[in-house]
Amino acid sequence: MAERLRPAEKFKRDRVPMREQDPNERIKNFNEVPYGYSLEEAIAEAQRCLQCKPPSCVEGCPADVHIPEFIDKIIDEDIEAAFKEIKLTNALPAVCGRVCPQEEQCEGACIMLKKGKPIAIGRLERFVADWAREKGLTDEPPKEKKQKRIAIVGSGPAGLACAADLANLGYDVTIFEALHKPGGVLVYGIPEFRLPKAIVQYEVDQIKKLGVKIYTDYVIGYIKSVDELVEEYDAVFLANGAGAPSFLHIPGENLNGVYSASEFLTRSNLMRAFDFPEYDTPIKVGRRVVVIGGGNVAMDAVRTAKRLGAEEAIIVYRRSRAEMPARAEEIEHAEAEGIQFELLTNPVRVIGDENGNVKGLECVRMKLGEPDESGRRRPIPIEGSNFVMDVDNVIIAIGQNANPIVARSATGVKTNKWGYFIADEETGKTTHPKVWAGGDIVTGAATVILAVGAGKKAAKSIHETLSQE
Amino acid sequence: MARILKKEQWSENIFSMLIEARDVAKAAKQGQFIILIPREHGERVPLTIADSSVDEGWVQIVFQVVGKSTLELSRMDEGEELFSFVGPLGMASEVEKFPGKVVMIGGGIGIAPIHPIARKLKEMGNYVVSIIGAKTKELLIMEDKIQEASSEVIVATDDGSKGKKGFVNVVLEEYLAKEADSVSKIWAIGPPIMMKACTISAGKFNKPIIVSLNPIMVDGTGMCGACRVTVGGETKFACVDGPEFDGALVDFDELMARQRQYVELERKALELYKAKEGIA
Repeated sequence: MAERLRPAEKFKRDRVPMREQDPNERIKNFNEVPYGYSLEEAIAEAQRCLQCKPPSCVEGCPADVHIPEFIDKIIDEDIEAAFKEIKLTNALPAVCGRVCPQEEQCEGACIMLKKGKPIAIGRLERFVADWAREKGLTDEPPKEKKQKRIAIVGSGPAGLACAADLANLGYDVTIFEALHKPGGVLVYGIPEFRLPKAIVQYEVDQIKKLGVKIYTDYVIGYIKSVDELVEEYDAVFLANGAGAPSFLHIPGENLNGVYSASEFLTRSNLMRAFDFPEYDTPIKVGRRVVVIGGGNVAMDAVRTAKRLGAEEAIIVYRRSRAEMPARAEEIEHAEAEGIQFELLTNPVRVIGDENGNVKGLECVRMKLGEPDESGRRRPIPIEGSNFVMDVDNVIIAIGQNANPIVARSATGVKTNKWGYFIADEETGKTTHPKVWAGGDIVTGAATVILAVGAGKKAAKSIHETLSQE
Repeated sequence: MARILKKEQWSENIFSMLIEARDVAKAAKQGQFIILIPREHGERVPLTIADSSVDEGWVQIVFQVVGKSTLELSRMDEGEELFSFVGPLGMASEVEKFPGKVVMIGGGIGIAPIHPIARKLKEMGNYVVSIIGAKTKELLIMEDKIQEASSEVIVATDDGSKGKKGFVNVVLEEYLAKEADSVSKIWAIGPPIMMKACTISAGKFNKPIIVSLNPIMVDGTGMCGACRVTVGGETKFACVDGPEFDGALVDFDELMARQRQYVELERKALELYKAKEGIA
């Protein structure tokens, strides 16, 4: 049991850094970049926690993780107890500890942020979850079962979080997944070097141990409608994700060598094209690869391209660095890996050769004007500044639209003008009394943790509603 | 699930399989497709449904061995389970009782996917004229099933070993030259070059023609956009907006270029697989 520090000492100490793979090495492999804390490092970081009452960090956590409590148990060196504390509210700690934007959530609300060194809550959560996985701790199904049956459409973070909470309450939960592996964006979207797939698999397996059934290869909207699910189940939670890539609608976008980020990442992550020909799905990465966009998906795509052998992997983004929506950590990782940034630059057309392959990208330089409705300064093209970059691939990472397959089989569940389900922010209730919805198919593309939060809110609301019946 | 119930070899490179998939069979409609992964490290292979039986709980697929995945699939045995089998996918063919005759054209293994559409059209009371063609009579598949699903069948082979000698688009043109007035709708399914030729032939007589596109796909549910095709100047996703489109609006040259995207890598994968498995 490690000692409890006095507040003055806590303030004196710095955040414990996390060791990571050297950038020159990691651009040659798909192994995870950070190594994670050792027990000693985790304890040293945990000792800095002020144990605030009430804890502001928990306010910032959509998964309501009992943060001070689990951190305190790390100081006790009782990692199993810390794990159980986290698992009370979060079924995906190894995932969240890695991919949550903690700086906007728990760590952004940490009192220590005022000193510029918030507690590394994400790293601690990850440490505890990894420790539990290595020790093989498993979840136990609840002793009391309820007779009510819940159908969940989609096995991404929203669906998994909802399933775990409902299963823990004793409900009979079935998830329908369109792809051949469960996990949704955690599996097809986020690269191995940021979120190893074995970790996702482990957390999914834990949720299965709670009694949740997962049917893969089952596309609701085709094989069965939401209407049929409503007939067969007591409640339905729609968590199918945004699921349709946006394109730029510029000339040349259908040339060979142009990918949506979704296709590029699905090939590499879900289908493991990075390991071709060991795996059969091909991917073609040339010498110079441009990724268009400034979000986390763009960073994932550009860093993947680099690892797939691109000599130059370049972000083209129409605003300046300050407006980039990607997490600071992702941008820093990309920079360390030699990713180039062409900021205030917008693509105009993709140029092809005589065989229909990409050979260039014409861009125009931009300047920032007045703020637009998003509050960010609007980029304006600078006339006459067009130039052509020689490129072999163009990857478009400018966001998602709503995939209509599920929605068009759901009578009475209203969507907005963009095709997203209309659902109450606090409960996930839709316009149909037996249907809830949450995650990206409600909000448009957002983060894993917001989807987890939406799944949890829906689970709570479904439980409340079904308990009243 | 997704067990191979029955496997038949119809020619050197053409195979038919009945796959156990009760829920897929129940939901499948004419013109839809499935995606399968033969074994764990495999890729997702889209194939149009050739037939299905709700009572017996199977879906029929017909495929030609062209690369590693189809070769591997062809070497799997009855009783084995596919790693993944998902469907039905895509929009069903829009069928109704059309005035006059409907012409169904199937080229090569494209004969298989016209079968459920022809059958449905005939069930709905249409007069269905099927034109089916292949390189040689050995490669001509499903003739008996097409006979059952049609009111009239015209067979053509490139070498004249059976039926008329020549390409199906030429046969179509000959047919339209006589019967254009009575034909209200045409479907053509086969290699893109054949669908393009049929579209040109139909255009000469101002007849609407539906084609079923088979671009490269990954998820097959509208998530990735690998299958994008230009239709009437707009980008469409063949998996969710199709696979059937108005042939007159399809940019076939772009489709063909996009299909060649991975040719070298596909060849490499095939060679490595053959070497590993000791196949000449």
